Amino acid sequence: MSQSITAQPFYKRINKAWLIEQKSLIALMCLIFVVSLLSPNFLTVDNLLNILRQTSINAIIAVGMTIVILTAGIDLSVGSVLALSGAIVATLIGMDVPVIVALPVALIAGAALGAISGIIVAKGKVQAFIATLVTMTLLRGVTMVYTDGRPVPTGFSETADSFTWLGTGYLLGIPVPVWLMAIVFIGAWYLLNHTRFGRYIYAVGGNESAARLSGIAVDKVKIAAYAICGSMAALAGIIVTARLSSAQPTAGMGYELDAIAAVVLGGTSLMGGKGRIMGTLIGALIIGFLNNALNLLDVSSYYQMIAKASVILLAVLIDTKQKA
Amino acid sequence: MTQAILQLQAIEKSFPGVKALDKACLNVYPGQVMALMGENGAGKSTLMKVLTGIYSLDEGQIIYQGETRTFNGPRDSQAAGISIIHQELNLLPELTIAENIFLGREITSAFGRILWDEMNAQAAALLARLAISHAPQTRVGDLSLGEQQMVEIAKAISFDSKVIIMDEPTDALTDVETQSLFKVINELRAQGCGIVYISHRMQEIFTICDAVTVLRDGGFIHECAIADIDEDRLIERMVGRKLADQYPRIVNTHQGCRLAVSELSGLGVNNVSFNLNKGEILGFSGLMGAGRTELMKIIFGASAKTHGEINLNGNLIRLNSPQQALDAGIAYISEDRKGDGLLLELSVKENMSICALSKLSSGLQLRHQDEIAEVDQFIGAFNIKTPSRDARIGNLSGGNQQKVAIAKGLMTQPQVLILDEPTRGVDVGAKKEIYDLINRFKAQGMSIILVSSDMPELMGMSDRILVMHQGQITGEFDAAQAEQETILACAVGKTLNKDIA
Repeated sequence: MSQSITAQPFYKRINKAWLIEQKSLIALMCLIFVVSLLSPNFLTVDNLLNILRQTSINAIIAVGMTIVILTAGIDLSVGSVLALSGAIVATLIGMDVPVIVALPVALIAGAALGAISGIIVAKGKVQAFIATLVTMTLLRGVTMVYTDGRPVPTGFSETADSFTWLGTGYLLGIPVPVWLMAIVFIGAWYLLNHTRFGRYIYAVGGNESAARLSGIAVDKVKIAAYAICGSMAALAGIIVTARLSSAQPTAGMGYELDAIAAVVLGGTSLMGGKGRIMGTLIGALIIGFLNNALNLLDVSSYYQMIAKASVILLAVLIDTKQKA
Repeated sequence: MTQAILQLQAIEKSFPGVKALDKACLNVYPGQVMALMGENGAGKSTLMKVLTGIYSLDEGQIIYQGETRTFNGPRDSQAAGISIIHQELNLLPELTIAENIFLGREITSAFGRILWDEMNAQAAALLARLAISHAPQTRVGDLSLGEQQMVEIAKAISFDSKVIIMDEPTDALTDVETQSLFKVINELRAQGCGIVYISHRMQEIFTICDAVTVLRDGGFIHECAIADIDEDRLIERMVGRKLADQYPRIVNTHQGCRLAVSELSGLGVNNVSFNLNKGEILGFSGLMGAGRTELMKIIFGASAKTHGEINLNGNLIRLNSPQQALDAGIAYISEDRKGDGLLLELSVKENMSICALSKLSSGLQLRHQDEIAEVDQFIGAFNIKTPSRDARIGNLSGGNQQKVAIAKGLMTQPQVLILDEPTRGVDVGAKKEIYDLINRFKAQGMSIILVSSDMPELMGMSDRILVMHQGQITGEFDAAQAEQETILACAVGKTLNKDIA
């Protein structure tokens, strides 16, 4: 196709519209630039890998969150799904179940837990906020009952050691969680841009009744979106558990908010139907870099919260200004 | 001619990349109805937005009651006595009729308490004037689309305006409601109001208007008394060229029954039976709320049926979802483009292919090149004017949006195409193109159901016309012999038989 945008050389695409489109990326660049001037320890390979590893948990959850938000929903239960899936995988590893079996089981469990929210939203016609507020509380309760409020250790077997590698190990000099994050983003990008299901997600979020009249099985798409979100939370739970060699019953509390913040910073509309997965990656990185920078600059954690809130508010305000 | 109450002189307005208005003029005279005509994109709506201060003007001036004025927004112009009734409804469905009419200027006592009795009484008086048979305490969300439009009109009238602009006010109205609107317009005219009437419906223009102003490509073309012009010359002025016959009927050369519906009942539909032949255009007439859209949605599987059966090509089909209907070969293009027809945030391409993605993918993977090829083919064949296939569909004109909607249905290669009000809000030139498309499908043997409230269109395009009233079919006509009066009689509930008529 001669008029196709992709055929143009890269430098020709840098115009005003492109700059506006890429504003979160530009914001990230600015952040990196400023902090690297302020702190000599910032722009080192070790620190950058450290940031990526810390970001991976939130980024992986945010991928699922992006998909749910694109359907005009929201999932508050990711933190609870993370904790329960973590407890499940810790139990399995503790019982010396091979990693190759324990991982799929935990991921499927996460998907099933997410699907519960999806069914309540799609079939029960309950607003996503309420439905997932319910599952958030419910699943946290189940986790507490299951673990009796105590950490679940993975034990000291050989299985446990290879499991721990998922959280602490390196592959080709890069932390394993960062690899997992990369795989998840590439998979989600493929799903949203190159499959029917991806198009349906945008359609359902853009106009549900039009999607239904276009022959899309709206309920199935929604349930699948929540199930994907659940399995992403489970993957995050696996990494957290592997890193600590035990599952904490209180793990993941408040993670839903960081994930939503990453999605919104990435330019995805909470109204659904509009957004890009790579925006979410940038959003998660902004939060990650900001946390790290504030630590390096010795800002007290109390002030860090205020700083983070200000950045998010600023980003959202710029976004709404542009639309007006 | 009397002195104009409102004059817009040589208005210019540019948006980035487009000159929307190029020396546009409009005069409004007290006690007269001025028709403002032009194709979609001619600048009618932009001109009205400049007048009411939603857009600022680049050049030109607005002279209102002898003074040069600028308005800083709709509130400002309304306070000065200029009301506008927009094409799109601006009502709050959860509030009552009275609350909507007096929104933001509730009638209150000295202490700020709302005087409900007073407010409802005033609203009731307005409703009575418009012959709306609902209590002012009725929730607006419970009204039909047409009735909601009437509430919007009641609201505009309540301002005691000197100039009232009506942008396609009858688009959603039934014939009966249109008549009571015309009565009110006549009253307002007698009181010395100046009215600007924007509509695509020629018949209405010649019925209700005194004079006409034509815009084309943002510029002023012509102003004259309505008595001095006829329909053909008016259309010529609007499109800038001669139009051939508006409804080019073609003879059906196909034979055999495609779709047989028998004793179908469901929500709003009661015991409906009819046959649709191959290569036939079957028109459905009726007043708003007669159950036509409801019937189509049952046939399309979007609403549940309680009784009856549907046969396609002699085989009984059971449809529980639009998905199954599309698979079976039935496509439905909704009357409500913005509500449940199009995905406004998505691109032309994504809208057009959304029903046909299963044909355009291998396993999970979309075949982008095939999709692009197919979409481009339809954009070319339908003459869809869009900057690119990736343009947001919300930015296209109504006519082009409608063409995309029809293309979307056609991409599934249906045997039965149901078009629900396919030319609503579409300008004259694009209407003709849509008619030609419909005829092309007909020639290919496709069976088409045409639901329309536009009587000349229905009579010009259809082979047969069925009339519905309160969920039942009350008349069947051969389009060649049908008369508007008898169709209307059936639509209001008189059961006629074509043999007797």
